[in-house]
Amino acid sequence: MAAIIETKELTHLYSAGTPFEHTALHAVDFSADPGEYVAVIGRTGSGKSTLIQHLNGLLRPTSGQVLFEGTDIWESRERTRQVRCQVGLVFQYPEYQLFEETVYQDIAFGPKNMGLDKDEIDRRVKQSARFVGLEPGVLEKSPFDLSGGQKRRVAIAGVIAMEPQVLVLDEPTAGLDPSGSARILDNIRTYHQEKNACIILVSHSMEEVAREAERLVVIHKGTIPFSGPPAEVFTHGDELEAMGLGVPAMTRVFARLRSMGVDVPASVYTIPQAREAVLAALHRGSGERKQTASDEKGAV
Amino acid sequence: MALRDITLGQYFPGRSPIHNLDPRAKLVGMICYIVALFLGSWFVTYAILLAVLIAVVAVSTVKPKALLRGLKPVVFILVFTAVLNIFYTPGEPLVTFWIFTITREGIIHAFFMVVRIIMLITCTFLLTYTTSPLALTDGLEHLMGPLKKIHVPVHELSMMMSIALRFIPTLIEETDKIMSAQRARGADFDSGNLIQKAKALIPLLVPLFISAFRRADELATAMECRCYHGGEGRTRMKQLHYRPGDILFMLGALILAVGIGVLGHFGF
Repeated sequence: MAAIIETKELTHLYSAGTPFEHTALHAVDFSADPGEYVAVIGRTGSGKSTLIQHLNGLLRPTSGQVLFEGTDIWESRERTRQVRCQVGLVFQYPEYQLFEETVYQDIAFGPKNMGLDKDEIDRRVKQSARFVGLEPGVLEKSPFDLSGGQKRRVAIAGVIAMEPQVLVLDEPTAGLDPSGSARILDNIRTYHQEKNACIILVSHSMEEVAREAERLVVIHKGTIPFSGPPAEVFTHGDELEAMGLGVPAMTRVFARLRSMGVDVPASVYTIPQAREAVLAALHRGSGERKQTASDEKGAV
Repeated sequence: MALRDITLGQYFPGRSPIHNLDPRAKLVGMICYIVALFLGSWFVTYAILLAVLIAVVAVSTVKPKALLRGLKPVVFILVFTAVLNIFYTPGEPLVTFWIFTITREGIIHAFFMVVRIIMLITCTFLLTYTTSPLALTDGLEHLMGPLKKIHVPVHELSMMMSIALRFIPTLIEETDKIMSAQRARGADFDSGNLIQKAKALIPLLVPLFISAFRRADELATAMECRCYHGGEGRTRMKQLHYRPGDILFMLGALILAVGIGVLGHFGF
């Protein structure tokens, strides 16, 4: 499948020519397919925010290219503007960008800038409000009267209302409680499934990305050392630890079990997988230990 | 994004002897130098002042390019002063056309004026490039200390100044971030006529003001939590002490100002 968005040899320097000059990205090749759910993980300062700001043309590459549907997004001014509507970017703490008098108007800001007619804007506002689980009554309220989690969902709806083919989210769950985070991740998953959109989720929580994404892209010091399905990436547990990233707790447990000589797979990262792996291991061992196992069961 | 590259009053960390001078010494030095700039009158005095400036820049390890960049915003003022001086100085006429006369004195006057302004701006930039804002306000507070006797709220003023300086980069960063976020939603800040441009600023200004007020509120709480109650009986973590080098620097600056004053008086 042809990638919907990709970067070729993307390099970005900040403050070029001053003592503060530093390379944020170094010859990065990143790509995502239509309808794919990709997670980008990396520490603070690894270059992940710089990377995603290139994807919709907010930052201009120092060298290299950013391609959307195969053509350079910097080809012309028109093209850049058009790509900004196709690649939706939700910043970290997006609730700080709310400004309108009502939630409705704020969500409508993006579609209005796209030059859509009134009925289409209305449809999109209502639909995206539904995607993020906002009750219709909220639409007429001032965004500044809402709770933190609600504000964030309004901000995300503001980007979803542009119906981007690629939705990029920079740490959408930062600073929310577990139930708030879960709701936001649910909303994103719904959008992913219903619109068949490509999702690029930036995070530093391994547990979170392991559960949500089909593919992980690890970014470290401006390069991409690993990329692949979670199970594959997590086999590099030690290297990830060295980068200060760590692996999900479940993977650590299984790595430890393996080092103790227990025959379990290395690529376990969720609790259901863990249950199956443990059951399988017990089942294999049951030949010689059938008696003990049933004793234990009896005791329980 | 050009916003990030604003150099106005920005500090470039370094370890040169100029960086290490006491901020008070640098402030006094700068004042002496500026006074000298206005006492100078002919090529000799300006050549000396220029040589001193170049020497200090060389020692400071600040890149001349960075200093020149600081001059960019004042190009208009420079051209304006030069033009005014060329046409409005009476003296021996060189060229005359229509109602304008260019005089020999006018050209020389304009030249000195421009040189004076360039050197003035360069030396103030040199001060802010080599002195952290915190050290600078500390130095100012010390130098203005005597004014406390006549009930000038020196401590409060310098606290306000350091807070303002502290928040300039934060607010620039914030502006940058909100601008990017609104651009990502298709906002256009660059095209359209004046009214459209002003209207386009609303999505930027509203969140910016809200966040500035929120920050101010948080800062006030944080200061109160640490029992801040104004300057009365407040001690400092970093005490300023004059070292021999600082005294020498100030003496040198003073001698420069007096010397230039004397030379200028005799028309050199």
